Amino acid sequence: MSTKERKIRVLIAKPGLDSHDRGAKIVARALRDGGMEVIYTGLRQTPEQIVETALQEDVDVIGLSILSGAHSTLFPKIMQLLKKKGMTDVMVFAGGIIPKEDIPALKKIGIKEVFGPGTPTSTLVEYVKNSLSK
Amino acid sequence: MKQATDIQRLVQGVFHGEKRAIARTISIIENNEPEARKIISLIYPKTGKAHIIGITGPPGAGKSTIVEKLAKELRNREKTVGIIAVDPTSPFTGGAFLGDRVRMQDLSIDEGVYIRSMATRNHPGGLSRATKDAAYVLDAAGKDTIIVETVGAGQSEVEIIKVAHTIVVILAPGLGDDIQAIKAGQMEIGDIFVVNKGDRENADKAVSDIRAALELGTQDKEWKPMILKTSALTGEGIGEFVESIEKHRVYLRKGALDFQRRANAEIELIDALKQKITQTIIQDLREKGEWVRATEKILAREIDPYSAADSLLKQRPRQPSTR
Repeated sequence: MSTKERKIRVLIAKPGLDSHDRGAKIVARALRDGGMEVIYTGLRQTPEQIVETALQEDVDVIGLSILSGAHSTLFPKIMQLLKKKGMTDVMVFAGGIIPKEDIPALKKIGIKEVFGPGTPTSTLVEYVKNSLSK
Repeated sequence: MKQATDIQRLVQGVFHGEKRAIARTISIIENNEPEARKIISLIYPKTGKAHIIGITGPPGAGKSTIVEKLAKELRNREKTVGIIAVDPTSPFTGGAFLGDRVRMQDLSIDEGVYIRSMATRNHPGGLSRATKDAAYVLDAAGKDTIIVETVGAGQSEVEIIKVAHTIVVILAPGLGDDIQAIKAGQMEIGDIFVVNKGDRENADKAVSDIRAALELGTQDKEWKPMILKTSALTGEGIGEFVESIEKHRVYLRKGALDFQRRANAEIELIDALKQKITQTIIQDLREKGEWVRATEKILAREIDPYSAADSLLKQRPRQPSTR
């Protein structure tokens, strides 16, 4: 046991009821190809499930993918639960269908960045790596 | 001083089953951080109570679904459960897609279940280097049963014998040719064989194929491997599956467990010694330049590796004997 091995652990989660996960899986694979360990939990996750998973898996980052428009209800719930469990050191970003005008409110509750559809996966990978190295 | 308190607090948290403590501890050990060894030395004395079940078998047989059903049934019987699900690390990118939790969604908010996904990080044999230590953490945290789900790559997956007490091999019908082909490896280490997707037509044939394959390899085993059919989707056969695991656990308690534990303790000691000795000696040889000299000689075909090793060891100063 001599050398340290540190990997970035990311949870890619789909809160709410939307059932299109192609985008989430593309992001998950891109982050994997970027050398990260990506936990993917599947569709229809509740805020409780997402936070509990993030806790048990000791993730550094949570990526929330949502297409249903329910971000304004679900994201605050998730951020509250993270705070309650003392997990404010976990970086949270989001992607999917999120109108630009909603982004400031999301950033205010602690979502670090919101990526729209068509964001190159390389941008995401770089973003995660750079944010964590700070 | 703060470091010492943090480690103590973390370890106490593990003993109390606190999830944050469990999570952080597994990470520290997995990442080989400086505190890892100290932590292991503190938690190890509290291990040895959990029953550890290894779930192995080829991809597509339904391991994760069976693990979920197994965990749920154990919860019905009021056991607390730890699950470690291992997936492969890409040798090219160093990253991993850990998707076993997709099939375990119902369990994620059960307070009595702790699930951790681990990547192999290029460790061979179907598990990661830290899988065993993660099992120690869950054991010390008081989990009654720990389920370790291996990568599922096939015959070479035998690391699981170092970690689990009861080894289950999950197979599916239609993998019939694979059953014929799996002569060594998994057929030898399985205590319980499960034919999943048992509602399919060729399930019974799969069961008889396995029985035939096992009979071919009869050594005088006290424990005759059990063969069962399940359907993870319908839940059929899961009750009997849990019963068979319990039967094996009882069998182990009668004496085989002591033998297994002693064998495992020796394997662990050998592994630990190998690591330490290799580290120490090679470091020393590198520092003295002997390592490079020996390598050059081997490259120049002046000496073979075995003779080089002999020569290097002979040259090492003997430790002064203590009176």
